[in-house]
Amino acid sequence: MLDHLKETDFGTPKRESDIEVTLEIDGEQVTVPKGTSLMRAAVDAGIQVPKLCATDSLEPFGSCRLCLVEIDGRKGFPASCTTPAEAGMKVRTQTPKLQELRKGVMELYISDHPLDCLTCSANGNCELQDMAGVTGLRNVRYGMDGANHLNTPKDESNPYFTYDASKCIVCNRCVRACEETQGTFALTISGRGFESRVSPGMDEPFMESECVSCGACVEACPTATLQEKSVIWLGQPEHSKITTCAYCGVGCGFKAEMKGNEVVRMVPWKDGAANEGHSCVKGRFAWGYATHTDRITTPMIRKKITDPWQAVSWEEAIAYAAGEFKRIQAKYGRDSIGGIVSSRCTNEEGYLVQKLVRAAFGNNNVDTCARVCHSPTGYGLKQTLGESAGTQTFKSVEKADVILVMGANPTDGHPVFASRMKKRLREGAKLIVIDPRKIDIVKSPHIRAELHLQLRPGTNVAVVTALAHVIATEGLMADEYIGERCDDKSFNEWREFVSRPENSPEATAATTGVPAADMRAAARLYATGGNAAIYYGLGVTEHSQGSTTVMGIANLAMCTGNVGREGVGVNPLRGQNNVQGSCDIGSFPHELPGYRHVSDTTVRNLFEQAWGVELQSEPGLRIPNMIDAALDGSFMGLYCEGEDIVQSDPDTQHIAHALEAMECIVVQDLFLNETAKYAHVFLPGSSFLEKDGTFTNAERRISRVTKVMPPAAKYADWEVTMLLSNALGYPMNYTHPREIMAEIAALTPTFSGVSYELIEKQGSVQWPCNAAAPNGTPTMHIDTFVRGKGKFIITQYVASDEKVTRKFPLILTTGRILSQYNVGAQTRRTENNQWHSEDRLEIHPVDAEDRGILDGDWVGIQSRAGDTVLRAVVSERMQPGVVYTTFHFPESGANVITTDNSDWATNCPEYKVTAVQVMPVSQPSEWQREFSRFDKVQAELLEARHSTEPVSGP
Amino acid sequence: MNAPGTAVTIYVPRDSAALAVGADEVAAALQAECTRRGVALNLVRNGSRGMFWLEPLVEVVTPAGRVAYGPVAPDDIASLFDAGLPTGSAHPLCHGLTDQIPYLAKQERLTFARMGITDPLSLTDYEAHDGFKGLRAALALAPEAIVQQVLDSGLRGRGGAAFPTGIKWKTVAAAAAAQKYIVCNADEGDSGTFSDRMTMEGDPYMLIEGMTIAALATGATDGYVYIRSEYPDAVATMRDAVARATAAGFLGDDVLGSCRAFRLNIRKAAGAYVCGEETAMLESLEGKRGIVRAKPPLPALQGLFGQPTVINNVISFASVPLILARGAAFYRDFGMGRSRGTLPMQLAGNIKHGGLVEKAFGVTLRELMFDFGGGSASGRPIKTAQVGGPLGTYLSESQWDMPMDYEAYAAVGAVVGHGGIVVHDDSADLAKLARYAMEFCAIESCGKCTPCRIGSTRGVEVIDKIMTPARHNRPQQVQLLRDLCDTMVNGSLCAMGGMTPFPVLSALNHFPQDFGLAAPDRQAA
Repeated sequence: MLDHLKETDFGTPKRESDIEVTLEIDGEQVTVPKGTSLMRAAVDAGIQVPKLCATDSLEPFGSCRLCLVEIDGRKGFPASCTTPAEAGMKVRTQTPKLQELRKGVMELYISDHPLDCLTCSANGNCELQDMAGVTGLRNVRYGMDGANHLNTPKDESNPYFTYDASKCIVCNRCVRACEETQGTFALTISGRGFESRVSPGMDEPFMESECVSCGACVEACPTATLQEKSVIWLGQPEHSKITTCAYCGVGCGFKAEMKGNEVVRMVPWKDGAANEGHSCVKGRFAWGYATHTDRITTPMIRKKITDPWQAVSWEEAIAYAAGEFKRIQAKYGRDSIGGIVSSRCTNEEGYLVQKLVRAAFGNNNVDTCARVCHSPTGYGLKQTLGESAGTQTFKSVEKADVILVMGANPTDGHPVFASRMKKRLREGAKLIVIDPRKIDIVKSPHIRAELHLQLRPGTNVAVVTALAHVIATEGLMADEYIGERCDDKSFNEWREFVSRPENSPEATAATTGVPAADMRAAARLYATGGNAAIYYGLGVTEHSQGSTTVMGIANLAMCTGNVGREGVGVNPLRGQNNVQGSCDIGSFPHELPGYRHVSDTTVRNLFEQAWGVELQSEPGLRIPNMIDAALDGSFMGLYCEGEDIVQSDPDTQHIAHALEAMECIVVQDLFLNETAKYAHVFLPGSSFLEKDGTFTNAERRISRVTKVMPPAAKYADWEVTMLLSNALGYPMNYTHPREIMAEIAALTPTFSGVSYELIEKQGSVQWPCNAAAPNGTPTMHIDTFVRGKGKFIITQYVASDEKVTRKFPLILTTGRILSQYNVGAQTRRTENNQWHSEDRLEIHPVDAEDRGILDGDWVGIQSRAGDTVLRAVVSERMQPGVVYTTFHFPESGANVITTDNSDWATNCPEYKVTAVQVMPVSQPSEWQREFSRFDKVQAELLEARHSTEPVSGP
Repeated sequence: MNAPGTAVTIYVPRDSAALAVGADEVAAALQAECTRRGVALNLVRNGSRGMFWLEPLVEVVTPAGRVAYGPVAPDDIASLFDAGLPTGSAHPLCHGLTDQIPYLAKQERLTFARMGITDPLSLTDYEAHDGFKGLRAALALAPEAIVQQVLDSGLRGRGGAAFPTGIKWKTVAAAAAAQKYIVCNADEGDSGTFSDRMTMEGDPYMLIEGMTIAALATGATDGYVYIRSEYPDAVATMRDAVARATAAGFLGDDVLGSCRAFRLNIRKAAGAYVCGEETAMLESLEGKRGIVRAKPPLPALQGLFGQPTVINNVISFASVPLILARGAAFYRDFGMGRSRGTLPMQLAGNIKHGGLVEKAFGVTLRELMFDFGGGSASGRPIKTAQVGGPLGTYLSESQWDMPMDYEAYAAVGAVVGHGGIVVHDDSADLAKLARYAMEFCAIESCGKCTPCRIGSTRGVEVIDKIMTPARHNRPQQVQLLRDLCDTMVNGSLCAMGGMTPFPVLSALNHFPQDFGLAAPDRQAA
């Protein structure tokens, strides 16, 4: 029954070598790469050597002494995990003497282990239990009355797992996982000899230690010592399915371990190429929101947002929504409605929504929240390199010599990739960080940035241009590469531009706040340090010149020859799980799937034929345009799937006014989110556990999302979109998302080879995947750029309109934190709140002292857009003059303060720069008081639905 | 030499063994007495001669040579002067010429040739007594030739494992790496041993010279001496010596103008016995918990900070200058079999004349205990001696005439180790000592591998059960103890757990009556 839990564990990591060695193990010939352990070679030969401290995700340790073997011509009993295979060796893994030794070791283990197997939470999935069986231990002659740890108290402080030291066999797997896999170094062994015990920090409880709850230790533990509380409560799972995490753009593969329709635990998938068996606190543990009591599983409608909600049947809700959309279009015109689909939805859902808008609404008014995060990436990389996507796999970082992190906080935002990056940094790669804050990766255990360019927010373009200046004027460019692969004319113009004295580090230091010497050192290191890879995030894109910075980054990579092989590249770290995918499949108003402009007649014809409708050739409205048009009275109906624009988009009050002006807002979501409070129709959404589909992560990797339980409200999201389309008179009749992917593949050249069959066979597929690359494309732009010649773009720095003044002397920048995700709709409904239960304002001690602000004080934050109140955290992570907050909690109103400034090319909001004043206050802001009132009213209106609940629900 | 009218030169050791019994007080009393008597005093604080029962050993320079007085207490000073100490006159504490004291005269002091004779920190003294001759010779040789000399000398690791030093050096020399290290294991933790400490306190430049030669031979540029934390005087002396040697150009970026760099650093150890295990020492030097690393990789290829590293014991390095200065053959000609040269042995425990005895391999334990040691301190018959530290075996009288030789000892399951000899008289209870061996392992185990981590604690418990036969089945518990020892010997990751059974089993086999068993036990070790 528990066979699904057992995967082959090779005991030690795979080694790569051009040299192969052939040896004999128990009479079997086996050939392995040089450096492979005897233990792993044995597995290749079909032989399992007993083991406890070894597991193939960790370097061998050699402590348990169960894996001892005999080797002809060698004395003693070497451990097979730490002994490398050598040519001609003759190894025996089973002899009477070995059996005796293993039994002797096991007898010692069990002499300090509770004999409660039948009631133990690991029963059936315990390696110690397995090894006791394998070694044939029948008797513990030492008795159980000797020194032991059986009464050591449990540490239950972590909300997701327990640490039961009485069951610890001190194999160090957890400690090594924390070091090698996660890179946090939160765990150690305290005491020595018999007293040795796993210790978070200095013998602290887990929750008080540096532990980030990534779960690597729990995954590594061979016993019940570190055990998921869900397993303790529910018992061992009886089946499992592979799926993909619904949080950030890393897109970790997970095994959903199930009991019927109930998730017992989410376990990182060893063969998941994005995560290679690692996870973070969100994906690993924070999935409880999927069954949270806040889920709304009944469709609801209301005429006005001041009316109580009325629970209705699906038929009624869909009919009402379709009727309203038709009415609005009849009254205000075809373009008066539109759709927004979240980048958290699957590719198939995104595709259907844009198809709905284009084919059933008959316009191009479709947008996605990628608008507000990585639209500049799509634009900037398309312009320069020719494809709107990152160039590498995550694995590529293992070959990087210099890693430049710009405007990204990977340890919080993309923790699993951060762990892979930190592993490479610990191996000696050099790190450059360009960020206004001293983020964790600047200095963390065994990691220290060579250079931290702590720039003023809003000066990214000046920084990348100055870096280019140094590279161009100090003769550090890859001339041959540029000559071969880049466009001459644009290069020459660019070189002339960046070489100008006004673009030098010295000339721009006053603007950027970065010492010229540091800038020069960074440029030299990036250009000459070997394979150099750039990783960037929303700190690059969410600016008035976001697209310019993206192009500046591409310029840097091209001029140093750092695109087109492993270990280099331009790597956007995508915020949400499917930012890449939602852009790929055409959920932008100007592009059809595959980044093809709606004005392209050939492309349009292709889709018109396939869809049997006529398509508009003019781009539709972007989200900010929709908002403005709503206030103008020309955009009156919205279908919003999975997105919460009220909380996530800038200038909340502006958005709220626009929504209030609309006549029919249809929200499809798991929860009554902030946007839904302004909605007229609520269609219950389905969680990632309730539907099939695919997500595309930051490496262009398409992975399967697998339905492990039925949709709580009867329909998966793609089915709801179909219902709406059918009600509007445009038929959609897919029976499974694989058919939708087949349609995408048929219509999109970069996807033509993609199919569920291929994804399931390979585990995942990186697009482009077509006749030229039938198994997908891990590294892009090998030999030539997608656009032909790489194009350099001039990056003239233009200061943001958002300037500090006497009235607003500080710059506010925003970001996120490890334990919470985006607007928090998911993570706020989990125990992750124990780490972060409110958004706070980080402020430098000098700024705090000037204003008489102490740590924990309530402070008012005022910008020209609005004001809100948060508690202060006085922190030297900040630079003077810059304050920071997160936006995970709606009542924080972080976006009440942010303005409607946006990227010149893509309208991506300028979240990262808002001029503010911060002052101590004693009560919430006016907006917060109004929010609280409105929230209460809407909660009452929601409560009212129960009184009108239909007798036969879905 | 004290010509009339010139100052009298008197030596009072600064070695901790002398300080522990009041050498500083004696020196102060001497100073005061000379002032009082108007005698000009040239006081030299030398190393110890290694005759600890005579410490504080005061030596006065006379035309005939250095005359020894000891053990001297501050109260003795006046009477010594009254008797004519400055001229080496007779006194109940006088032992005549130091060099003629049989204990010293019978030794073969090669490595310890300067010990107690010179001022440890005086570079002039050191050079005047053949110091740096080895280094100068090495500088004239190609690295391979230095390694060859060490190979040819037959020198084996003096820390205990007795691995050929030259082969280790050759491995490091052949490893391609931008950075290599020389690490001296001076975490001398074996009970009853002190030769490393005496070297560092009494002749530090010898160690520095040996390490520098190793650096020249292998291409290393940086070195560390990892010194037992309980040796504050050794740490201080070594720090001072390194500073002086660096200032004088024997160390640093350009050793004696050779354009070869060797920088030496002193590190105080972490206070754990297991950190004397070479890989645990590397972990500790890297700032981590001192736990044992699995081998391979060998430290010679991936040692300190993952770089090729020569790790040798203090005495191994200290033996090298002489080999280079006098030639491999000179050294090789001492000793027997595959045990070449001399070993500075340390007599301790219940022994009348405890101290350092450097002899060529081949000397017997009986000679050491009786001819040098003069029998037990208690005057009772000697029952056994533990040779090779706390993990060494207890030797019964039938084994006392074996030659001190790595192979001869190994043949009977004993170890020469670091040359420590701890003597017990007939009042010793070997069951208690066996229990102590397990207890020592339980206290000092790093906790990494299971046989040592849990086994040592269980070992104590099982021996306790053997000794309470009223409540436990003695033969079953003895069998369990033997099985446990087998698991520890064959299953442990390092010598800590792997050798703890040596004293236990030797006690059980040679002295079964102490365990309440019929003597003699038929199961030989």
